[in-house]
Amino acid sequence: MQTVKIVVTGPFGAGKTEFIRSVSEIEVVSTERKITSEVEKIKNSTTVAMDFGRISVDEDLVLYIFGTPGQKRFDFMWEILSEGMLGFIVMVDSNRPETFREARSILETFRAYAPTPFVVAANKQDCDDAWTLEDMRVALRLDPDVKMLPCVAIDKETVKKVLLELLYGILEEMEAGRL
Amino acid sequence: MALQGNLRDFPFSQLLNLISLANKTGRLVVESPAQSAEVFFREGKLAYAQFRHDDASLAAVLLRGGKISQAQYQILQQRAAQMNDKELGVLLINAGYLSQADVLKSLQDDYCDVLQRLFGWTEGAFYFEADEPSPENRITVKMDLENLIIEGSRQAHELSHLQEEIPSLDVSLKFRERPERDLKDIHLSVQEWKVISYVNPKNTLRQIAGAADLNEIEIRRVVYSLLQAGVVEMVRPGGSFAWNSSNMFPSKDRIEQKSLVNRLIQRIRSI
Repeated sequence: MQTVKIVVTGPFGAGKTEFIRSVSEIEVVSTERKITSEVEKIKNSTTVAMDFGRISVDEDLVLYIFGTPGQKRFDFMWEILSEGMLGFIVMVDSNRPETFREARSILETFRAYAPTPFVVAANKQDCDDAWTLEDMRVALRLDPDVKMLPCVAIDKETVKKVLLELLYGILEEMEAGRL
Repeated sequence: MALQGNLRDFPFSQLLNLISLANKTGRLVVESPAQSAEVFFREGKLAYAQFRHDDASLAAVLLRGGKISQAQYQILQQRAAQMNDKELGVLLINAGYLSQADVLKSLQDDYCDVLQRLFGWTEGAFYFEADEPSPENRITVKMDLENLIIEGSRQAHELSHLQEEIPSLDVSLKFRERPERDLKDIHLSVQEWKVISYVNPKNTLRQIAGAADLNEIEIRRVVYSLLQAGVVEMVRPGGSFAWNSSNMFPSKDRIEQKSLVNRLIQRIRSI
C-alpha cells in the first residue's frame, strides 16, 4: 500500500477541521479539546495535535490529509507534519482580517520547511462580510501566480476544487522540472 | 536571595525597573553563549555599561561617538596607554580638544547603546552583585532609568510583533525571483545593505545577525522591512538545494510519480 499526504494549515479557527471532514471517507480523527482561553473562544473546541482524514484512491494508494493545530503554541508540530508532504493548503477565514497576518506568517514558515506547491483557500466566502479574493491577495502579499481559491469548508464541491487545484499545481511543477 | 535568573523569564526592562525602584547599587552581569555585558548602577541610576568583548576605553567610546578619528584613536592608544579614562578625559578637556559635555555625551550614548542592545535579548542568564563598585579606571555617569525603560518596553513590544512575523532566526533568505521593486530603486539603510550582502540560502538569519553585528530585534526589523518590500523571501537553511522531493512520493520513478498525481486527481473528481 502506497501513501501520500497533503497538509492543511492556517490560523486558529480558519476551518481546517471542517475542510478535511468534508472529503474524508473516514470520520476525521481529530484531537480537539475544549477551549479554555477567553480570547480564543470563537468556537468551543480546537485542534491541539492534528486532524487526520483519509481518501482511498485505489487498492494500492491512499491519500492522507493532515490538519495542523492552529494555535501558535503548537507550532512545533508543523515541521513534523510537513515532512514528506506533496503540497499544502493554507486556509484563511475571509471574515477575520485580524488573522491575515498570522496566515501570512504560517505560509512563510511552511514555505521555509519545504518548497512544495501550495494553494490558499479563502474560507467562508459565502458570508456577507467576506473579504474579496483580490483584497485578500493584497493583504496576504501573495504573488500573482499563487493560486487563491474561494472556499466554503463545509461545501464538498469547493473543497474538492481546492484539492484539485493543488494537485494540478503539483503536476505543473513536475512537468516544468521544478519538482 | 540573590537577584539572578534568565531574561527568558524576567525581561530586561523589568529587571531595570526593579533596580530603579529599589534604588539598587551594584553590578548586573548578563550572559548569552556569544556575548556578555556588565552594567553598573548607583542608587538605582545607570553608572556604567559595557560589553565585555568590546573596547570600552574612553578613546574607543569617543571613536564610536564620532568625536575623534581613527588616526587620533590610534595615537591615543599609543601615547596614553598608561593613563586611565579619567586622566585621559582631563587631558583632552584641558588641551581643548573636547569639551566636558562632549565627553559626557559620548559616554552616555555609549552606555545607553549597551542597554538598548540588551533590550533586544530574549534569552540570557543574569545575576546582580549588590554594592559592587563601578570600575575605578572608567568614567561613570548618573542617568535615570525611566526613559530607558520606556524605550526598552517599546522595543519589547516591537520585538513581540516581529517575532510573530519572523518566528525563527534559523531560516535563511533568498532573493525573490520577481521582486516587486528593482533593487536599485530601493533606498536601503546601512544595516539593510549589510544584511542584503549576506542573503544566501546557506546563511541563517542568526548567522547573518552575527556577521552584521545586529541583535535579535535589529535583524528581525531589517528582514521584516525587506520582506515587506518584496525583495527577499524566507527559505529553509540550505535553500531548495538541500531539500529533496524523494520522500514526497513512494516511488522515485518520474512516470510513476505523475501517474500517482493523475490517479489522485481522478479520485478527487469522483468524490
